[in-house]
Amino acid sequence: MATATAGTTRRDFLYIATAAVGAVGTAAAVWPLIHQMNPDASVLALASTEVDLTPIAEGQIVTVKWRGKPVFISHRTKKEIEEARATPLAQLPDPQPDQERVKEGHDQWLVVVGVCTHLGCVPLGHQGDYDGWFCPCHGSHYDTSGRIRQGPAPANLEVPTYEFVSDTSIRIG
Amino acid sequence: MSGHETFQPQNKALAWFERRLPVFGLLHSSFVAYPTPRNLNYWWTFGGILSVMLVVQLVTGIVLVMHFVPTSAGAFDSVEHIMRNVNYGWLLRYIHANGASMFFLAVYIHIFRGLYYGSYKDPREVLWILGVILFLLMMATAFMGYVLPWGQMSFWAATVITNLFSAIPLVGDAIVTWLWGGYSVDEPTLKRFFSLHYLLPFVIFGVVLLHVWALHVVGQNNPDGIDVKSNKDTVPFTPHATVKDSFGLICFFILFAWFVFYIPNYLGHPDNYIPANPLQTPPHIVPEWYFLPFYAILRAIPSKLGGVVAMFASIAVLVFVPWLDTSKVRSARYRPLYRQFFWILLIVCIGLGYLGAKPPEGGYVIAARLLTAYYFIHFLVILPLLGYIETPKPLPASISESVLKKHAGAPAAAGAVRSPERNG
Repeated sequence: MATATAGTTRRDFLYIATAAVGAVGTAAAVWPLIHQMNPDASVLALASTEVDLTPIAEGQIVTVKWRGKPVFISHRTKKEIEEARATPLAQLPDPQPDQERVKEGHDQWLVVVGVCTHLGCVPLGHQGDYDGWFCPCHGSHYDTSGRIRQGPAPANLEVPTYEFVSDTSIRIG
Repeated sequence: MSGHETFQPQNKALAWFERRLPVFGLLHSSFVAYPTPRNLNYWWTFGGILSVMLVVQLVTGIVLVMHFVPTSAGAFDSVEHIMRNVNYGWLLRYIHANGASMFFLAVYIHIFRGLYYGSYKDPREVLWILGVILFLLMMATAFMGYVLPWGQMSFWAATVITNLFSAIPLVGDAIVTWLWGGYSVDEPTLKRFFSLHYLLPFVIFGVVLLHVWALHVVGQNNPDGIDVKSNKDTVPFTPHATVKDSFGLICFFILFAWFVFYIPNYLGHPDNYIPANPLQTPPHIVPEWYFLPFYAILRAIPSKLGGVVAMFASIAVLVFVPWLDTSKVRSARYRPLYRQFFWILLIVCIGLGYLGAKPPEGGYVIAARLLTAYYFIHFLVILPLLGYIETPKPLPASISESVLKKHAGAPAAAGAVRSPERNG
């Protein structure tokens, strides 16, 4: 056994090495048990969604499903666009200009994930104090650009990755 | 503590077995000869009631699983199948669903009993903390069970509660995706909740055994909050506590039966009879009544992370109560100031529950903030200070003295002289 004078011994080294190998081995064994809960291959393989915009009238908000979540496609009126652009950034809890949230040349189309950034409820369209969305769960108000204006939500409604396939259709994802 | 008698089997076979595995002796010393303070009141019957409720939930739950289908397409229909087609399925499900509420009713009474009589104080700190762990396990189990019928409330409760974890900086979103097994609450979520909802009650069972073990090591507290000093202070568990617990249980079951047979859906939400729809949140979502005070605290804080932290802190603070309470006197009977603050806390908690069911706007938010602040002030400021400010009333010399004094028939001369002094 190690004594005070003998310092470290081969046995100390063996103890530590054994414990280290044991810890690594345990971690390696536990990882599959944890990782099995992450999204599986079939969930990851969910195809992107293509949406035809022609039936969506001006002033209408349409909800489509993408990756199990609702996505709002809002065909905004001129007034709604102006409201969104006239808002000074200083008034926003999560400052972001409206131009960054839409595709250039398609200013009337706002595409956002319809999940409240607070705790995940689906906000209601054309409601709330800012003409955008209102979340009935905990009272977050979003404006016509889907930006958070009032309430407990910390961030703007997320803009998903999407692109215009043509002038009248988009692909989300 | 010494028992009133020891277990000595007369039967030869039993004695043979006992020498090899003394399980009957353990049961005898724990539930027959075990000395209980002779002054226990009916608030002490809720430990036994809770044990029975756990068994009720386990038995009905195991049976319900025989008919339930844990898939997003099949869960809702299988619950309706249980209600309409399975023999006595309606009864089993209503017992299980209302049983959860009764379980929480009993545990809240049990917790406030502990707070009133100082049951968390030296030497019962570990017993108390095990109780807080049981409470957390119960909450997790109840929440996951509520998700299984896959109605609108189930789905959106699952969404909101799992999203609480997204408030964690940096890793929050990854944790939520991991909990869901996808990008939203969906079938993988339902299946894992089903698995854990089956597992956790057995974990609870295990921790209950530790809780009872810890209780039997340190002995029960009692309404006077003073230690047992001699055999005169105690009576054997059987028949005294057994009969008292049974009577309490029967009264509790009358209430339980009233809910099951007359108003089985009173505590539920009609929205949960609408199948889950991931594209539409019900206009007004509220959790089950037993989560409402915590829900009110969550919504009271105008920040996502802050609200989540406050909600978990409101439970975590209970762990530290044995050290936050600086008074040496256990029972509120002898603590004139604490007794008042106890009732204020109880009213505040009920008030938070009321506000948790109201929409998060206007005066409700302001009231919820005030009550949330008071909740924390009670534990973090009032409780530590009271120990220094308060002058407790004189404690009785022993449990037996306090019991015999109270139940003495005609006031003897000595008693009449002594009681004003003791009460003042």
